[in-house]
Amino acid sequence: MSSPLLVGVHQPGDSWLHRCPTGVKLLGLAAFSLTVVLTRSAAAAPVFLGLALLAAAVGGVRLATLARATRAILVLAVMAAGFQWWIDGPAKAVETLVDLVALALAAITVSATTPVNAMLDTLVRAARPLRVVGVDPERVALTISLAIGALPGTLALALETRDAARARGLGRNPRVYLTPFVVRVVARAHEQGDALAARGLGD
Amino acid sequence: MPVLELESAGVSVATPAGPDGTGEKVLLHPTYLRLTQQRIGVVGANGSGKSTLARLLNGLVAPTTGRVLVDGLDVARRGAEVRRRVGFCFTDPAAQLVMPTCVEDVELSLRRLERDPARRRERALAVLAEHGLAAQAHQSVHDLSGGQRQLLALAGVLATDPAVVVADEPTTLLDLANSRRVGDLLMGLPQQLVLLTHDLDLAVRCDRVLVVADGRVVADADGPTGVAAYVDAVDRAAHDGHEGPA
Repeated sequence: MSSPLLVGVHQPGDSWLHRCPTGVKLLGLAAFSLTVVLTRSAAAAPVFLGLALLAAAVGGVRLATLARATRAILVLAVMAAGFQWWIDGPAKAVETLVDLVALALAAITVSATTPVNAMLDTLVRAARPLRVVGVDPERVALTISLAIGALPGTLALALETRDAARARGLGRNPRVYLTPFVVRVVARAHEQGDALAARGLGD
Repeated sequence: MPVLELESAGVSVATPAGPDGTGEKVLLHPTYLRLTQQRIGVVGANGSGKSTLARLLNGLVAPTTGRVLVDGLDVARRGAEVRRRVGFCFTDPAAQLVMPTCVEDVELSLRRLERDPARRRERALAVLAEHGLAAQAHQSVHDLSGGQRQLLALAGVLATDPAVVVADEPTTLLDLANSRRVGDLLMGLPQQLVLLTHDLDLAVRCDRVLVVADGRVVADADGPTGVAAYVDAVDRAAHDGHEGPA
């Protein structure tokens, strides 16, 4: 099973972007995203795309990773662009399409050059001031990492359940595979809760 | 060695009232145990109460009667301290591994012990190397083989250097080679080990074996004697079954 979700996108490396503090990268991504969204100019769109590609090149992000991120956003971007062509004309449509691809590439570049644990450390530090209102930063970080980790696990469960239904010749009826799938996801959540408690996380 | 004590500890759960109107199912009858040996095996049928017994030892299950003590610490009251001493390894490592890559999962275990990210990474890599997983450090935990995954789960548990390791059927899902490897690793641990297993070759190697049936410890002896008692009980049950229900 080599679905993109199961492999994860982080690529270990030693580029300038890899060594750049995670907080700086996240703030940079936020600033870049805001600039892209707020700048209403068709001429600026290719510049943003160029910047995103430059960042990806500096980070040494693999072409396959970039292609996958582009493909993932492309359906949505084409739909949005088609709608804008109809409302505002071709210039606006191209701007939207190129902007969305640039944002996706910038985001994947940050993900590819930042290990999840570094992201967690940054979040813990960022959430620290919230401690005064009773928020435990470690718990916030753990929740986010669980949500990220749950995706491939849940996908694997879905594929297994579908195969089991198929093996019994029960492929057609969604209830037949959705019911055991939901039951298994909940059971997995319980097991994972036990495992986290056993590792003393959240104590 | 740490001392694990069950003082009349039992677990029962509420169920919809049955024909006898009690509405209570006993998972483990009140049990007295004092475990001081290094390697303790627990054998018994599926659903016999083995897992409940194991989960009492680190507070995953709270006793509904009596108490459980780890080195004198009451598990129900001082759960966090107990879990720092008692590592727990599950049958299915997939449930236990929560981070995307191997090194990050071990780092998750080390978060509390090592605040500095660079040093934490160093320690995690050392732990992986110790378990022959250095080459897989940056691989997705989902790309590992079943055996590697269980080794990684164990590495995550051992990284925090617990005094006791409780393992719930850690070799059940593994092939022969991997189950030997995990079994040998567990048997070679300097820590106290409580091992639930269906692998009788492994159970025989324990210093003490508990046989659990219907929520009770029905035999308690050295490795070979305990395993023999379990095999006898299963043989007798199969024999009685052929004679017709009692």
